[in-house]
Amino acid sequence: MNIRRLSPLFAAAAWALLSIPTPAAAAPRSFTIVIDKMKFGPVPAELHKGDIVIWDNRDMFRHSATDKGVFDIDLPAGKVVKMRVTKTGTFPFICKYHPGMKAVLKVAQ
Amino acid sequence: MAYKLAGMVAAAALAISTVAIAAGPTDPQIAHIAYTAGNIDVAAAKQALAKSHNKAVREFASEMVRDHEAVNAKALALVKALKVTPEDNPTSQALSKAAKDEMKKLASLKGSAFDKAYVNNEVAYHGTVNDALKSTLIPSAHNAQLKSLLETGLTLFQEHQKHAEHLASTLK
Repeated sequence: MNIRRLSPLFAAAAWALLSIPTPAAAAPRSFTIVIDKMKFGPVPAELHKGDIVIWDNRDMFRHSATDKGVFDIDLPAGKVVKMRVTKTGTFPFICKYHPGMKAVLKVAQ
Repeated sequence: MAYKLAGMVAAAALAISTVAIAAGPTDPQIAHIAYTAGNIDVAAAKQALAKSHNKAVREFASEMVRDHEAVNAKALALVKALKVTPEDNPTSQALSKAAKDEMKKLASLKGSAFDKAYVNNEVAYHGTVNDALKSTLIPSAHNAQLKSLLETGLTLFQEHQKHAEHLASTLK
């Protein structure tokens, strides 16, 4: 049985530290992106500022979710890491160890 | 040097294809070949970590150790679960012989000469193993879990090959 545990800390992403969700924003929602067999699984279609992305690395390899200069999330094998989204825009990201793995996060207000 | 390396890799590729033509490898043989191929790259990477002072080369070698050890751990767990005993075979033996010769050659090199030779061999080696996976090992695998692991391995090793090619292009 593959037992995974939540990381005790939110991933330290630079952009997550730069802004504070506005009180008027809708309640943040959580979306899981599964990483397995050298691929990023489907990304959420409706991601909004303040939401939480849960990176669930079910692969046997260490990966990352990296948009250079924007965010760089370390994803050890078999671990789950949370990231709060606090910036709108389109963010193409890769695994920096295996750059053929790529996807895009689109974040609306 | 380049000709010698190319000849060695061609010999390993020939060994793989010769075995494949003679008789499709069995699952126990495929497991042995895949595990041997991974171990060879781990050993080469550890040699690089012991000899190289180049940051990019060392990072690449660390990645090779981490990724190939992860695949091999998974492969060992799988053959145990399937109660399969990996079976030695001429392809594994040819790979091991070629790797032993290559490590001996690399041991005599230093500095940037070592870095270039190591990385160039990584490009060629991953190319050889990937060709074998595509043309012989994956099509011959009968067990679905073994086939799936080999397919993930191929995706991983293709990434390694690209990484090695990029690294080779940056070494002067």
